[in-house]
Amino acid sequence: MSAVNAPSGGVSRWLLRKLFGMVLTMLAVSFLVFAVLELNVDDVAVKVLGQFSTADQRHAWLVENGYTAPFLLRYVRWLWEFMTGHWGTSTYYREDVLTLITPRLAASGLLAGAALLVIVPIGLVMGIIAGVREGSVIDRLVSVFAIVTTSIPEFASAVFLTALFVFWLDWLPGVSTMADGFHVRELVLPVGVLTLYSAGYVARMTRASMVEVMQSPYIRTARLKGNPMRRVIMRHALRNALITPVTVIMLQIPWLMSGVIVVEVFFAYQGFGTLLYQAALNTDIYLIEACTMVSVVVVVLTQVASDLLYAWLNPRMSIRGAAKAGAE
Amino acid sequence: MSVGWLKSLTRPTAATGALLVGGWLVVALLSHMLAPYDPFHSMVPLMSPGALAPDGGTFWLGTDSLGRDVLSRLIYGARTVIVVATVATMTAYAVGVSTGLLAGYFRGRVDMILSFFANVILSFPVLVLYLVIIVALGASAANVVLAVTFGSAPAIFRIVRALTIDLRGRDFIAAAITQGESTWRILLVEILPNSSAALLVDFCLRLGYSAITMGVLGFLGLGLPPPTPDWGGMVNEGRTLAFAFPHLVLFPCLAISSLVLGLSLLADGLRQPAARVRRVA
Repeated sequence: MSAVNAPSGGVSRWLLRKLFGMVLTMLAVSFLVFAVLELNVDDVAVKVLGQFSTADQRHAWLVENGYTAPFLLRYVRWLWEFMTGHWGTSTYYREDVLTLITPRLAASGLLAGAALLVIVPIGLVMGIIAGVREGSVIDRLVSVFAIVTTSIPEFASAVFLTALFVFWLDWLPGVSTMADGFHVRELVLPVGVLTLYSAGYVARMTRASMVEVMQSPYIRTARLKGNPMRRVIMRHALRNALITPVTVIMLQIPWLMSGVIVVEVFFAYQGFGTLLYQAALNTDIYLIEACTMVSVVVVVLTQVASDLLYAWLNPRMSIRGAAKAGAE
Repeated sequence: MSVGWLKSLTRPTAATGALLVGGWLVVALLSHMLAPYDPFHSMVPLMSPGALAPDGGTFWLGTDSLGRDVLSRLIYGARTVIVVATVATMTAYAVGVSTGLLAGYFRGRVDMILSFFANVILSFPVLVLYLVIIVALGASAANVVLAVTFGSAPAIFRIVRALTIDLRGRDFIAAAITQGESTWRILLVEILPNSSAALLVDFCLRLGYSAITMGVLGFLGLGLPPPTPDWGGMVNEGRTLAFAFPHLVLFPCLAISSLVLGLSLLADGLRQPAARVRRVA
């Protein structure tokens, strides 16, 4: 894993390089998004004014809103507006994009956070149990479970869980609109679907890491010294085996975002995912741009956080040694 | 390699995977013979599974809200998903492998530019990337292929690049260079075949991801345009009626899950022998 890539100069240099890379990536992403959605100005006019607008109306709108300027100039202007918080007005909701996104983002954060609270313990425990007894029946069971759950698309497991818990057993509500206030019951199925899809992946990663650590000489030494197995695992193996899974879990967050969109749409949960989906269906161009940029910021931030966490957790990369270890 | 490949099929998980994938392949190939009805033809709407058809036949899986036979649409849907997902995955591979080989072999500036571009694409959550592409270009089979290519190629690029960097340092590549073999020959005859075991596993998995992507886009109503028999699209169309007519959504979901599961099991089976060899060495 090339989490740390610092030729020399210690942690602050390494951090600066990371941040520089992050900014560069964000610039490239913003350019790409802008180019894909706004290169063709006539398309923009159609998207904003609707299909039934006349050519004259579109032309007047384009002139009025500065779309006659060259593409690069428009991009720079757009980027500036974006960075100063002027994200435009949603053509569908007729509301400021920024005020529209904020509560939705919080709602999705709640859903994702709840899902992680379930995914992480289940995934870690399954992975540790399987990894300690490599090749055993329970190891094989965990592997098969992980393969099965990661193979079922979220919308399909949502259908299966809904059929079981809503239609058949009638235990849980089938929609999570939170129409009359917040209900934890309405969160159960969305979280269940996300857990089913992701816990197996975390388990596999943890297992692989655990197996590797269990085979290393220092674990054998610890066992040969007569330490009980439980103690060896708890005190020696876990500390090293959990480094990789923790970073993997961080990198699951963008992956979780895709899943969250599907789950939110399925259960009509009013979060960031449904907002983006509605924006896509209505070709609500400024809303799509803002949502895309926000989601990319989340991904890039979690990547940097994951790198930092890895460097911080890994004893071989003790703060001063970061540069050295990265060069190996 | 070939022996291990055959042997792996005797393992129960791999065998199950092969059976599932093989089964769906047969269904896709023989759709026109297996489907009891025309998948586009409207008959009696919303019949439950097992209901009698007006022509004396049986709607084994019922009919949808437009009166089309669900079983026939499911069978033709297998053809749709297998063809489109395979084309999409192969396109992604063509892009990912060629750029990965170049970046891994030449390193330097080529590598820097290609890696940066891959990183940029990888910083989109996949589904957001798909949505942006589909919104900008509209929903069609070609654009679904394009979306999958954009989504998968950077990951393939990374794998091939890493494999190439690893292989490049080996003696047999040095020998090939000394022998005066052309760069193309080294890339395609020496390096690529030596990466094929790892890539085969990845291909199976990725084929499954592509099928999932198609399903998700269909479910969101942004996949293949309506009359096409498409599993994700069937779920989308049947969703509002699912409470009264669960057969509209249950069967397509079972179909896509079993196909992807088959591919994952197959990939797992193919991976296992390779892993065992590495541990012995």
